Amino acid sequence: MTDLPPDLVMQLQSKPRLLSSVRSMILSLTQRIGFDETECGHIALAIDEALANIIRHGYEERDDEPIHIAVWMLKENPAGIRIMIEDEAEQIDPDSIQGRDLDDVRPGGLGVHIMREIMDFCTFERRKQEKGMRVIMEKHLGEKSLGDSERSRSPQTK
Amino acid sequence: MTSDQELPVAVEQQDEMTVVTPDGEIDLSRAPSFRSVIAEVFNNKPSKVAIDLHNVPYMDSSGVATLVEGMQLANRSEATLVLVGLQERVKSIFEIARLDTVFKIVDELSEAKEL
Repeated sequence: MTDLPPDLVMQLQSKPRLLSSVRSMILSLTQRIGFDETECGHIALAIDEALANIIRHGYEERDDEPIHIAVWMLKENPAGIRIMIEDEAEQIDPDSIQGRDLDDVRPGGLGVHIMREIMDFCTFERRKQEKGMRVIMEKHLGEKSLGDSERSRSPQTK
Repeated sequence: MTSDQELPVAVEQQDEMTVVTPDGEIDLSRAPSFRSVIAEVFNNKPSKVAIDLHNVPYMDSSGVATLVEGMQLANRSEATLVLVGLQERVKSIFEIARLDTVFKIVDELSEAKEL
C-alpha cells in the first residue's frame, strides 16, 4: 500500500498557529472517508499531538522548520486512513518515545499516550535521510474501541 | 505574540468564586496566553476558581497541561478548582488522559458554587 503515492501531501513550517488549519483539513477528510464525528475529532487530535511534539521537542519551538505530512485514504484491508508525518530534526532512539505513566499527574507528556490510545497503529522511526524522524499512524474504519489496538503490524515505508 | 495566538479569556468574581471563561480552541498556539491568565488568577489567592469551558470546542494536551498546572497552583494555595461545562471533544481528551476523575468536573456554574 505504501508503494502507492499518498492521496495528499502537505509541507508546513513549524508554526503552532498552523495547527488549527491542519485539524480542519483532517476533520473534513476523515468525515469523507466515513469516520463518525467522535473518531474524526480523535484522529485530528492525534495528528495535532504529533505536530505539537515535533514543534516542542524536535524543533525546540523554532517556528521556521519543515514538517512533511502525507495521507493515504485506505480503501480496503483495512479501510481507513494512514498518516505519515516527518520532520528534519535531530534523530533520536524511537524506543525512547514513550507515553508516560498516567498515575503521575503532572503537566505535559501526554501527547504520545494520546496518539497511541486513539490510533489503531502508531510507530516512530528514524528517516533514512541523515536527519529527521517520522511517525506513521493508521486508523481503521470499524475499529472503534480506544486502547484495544492492533499495534504490531508495521507497514513498510520507503 | 500575534492576536490569533491570544485566547480571549474573561475573568470575573461571583461572590467567593473566581470564574475564568476562555473562548475558543486551546492548542499549542494559544495555551501560553491561557497559562498566563491562570497564573495571574492564582496570584490573587482565590478560595475557589471555576474554569467555564462551555465556549471551548477543542483542547489538546497543551491545554490539558495548563489545567493540570492550575490544579497544582490550587492545591498549593489550598484553593478549590472546578472545571465547568466540558464539550464532548474536550471531555474526551480528559478521559483518554484519565484525568476525568482527577479534576472536579461539573456541568453548570451553579453546581460549582455548591462545591
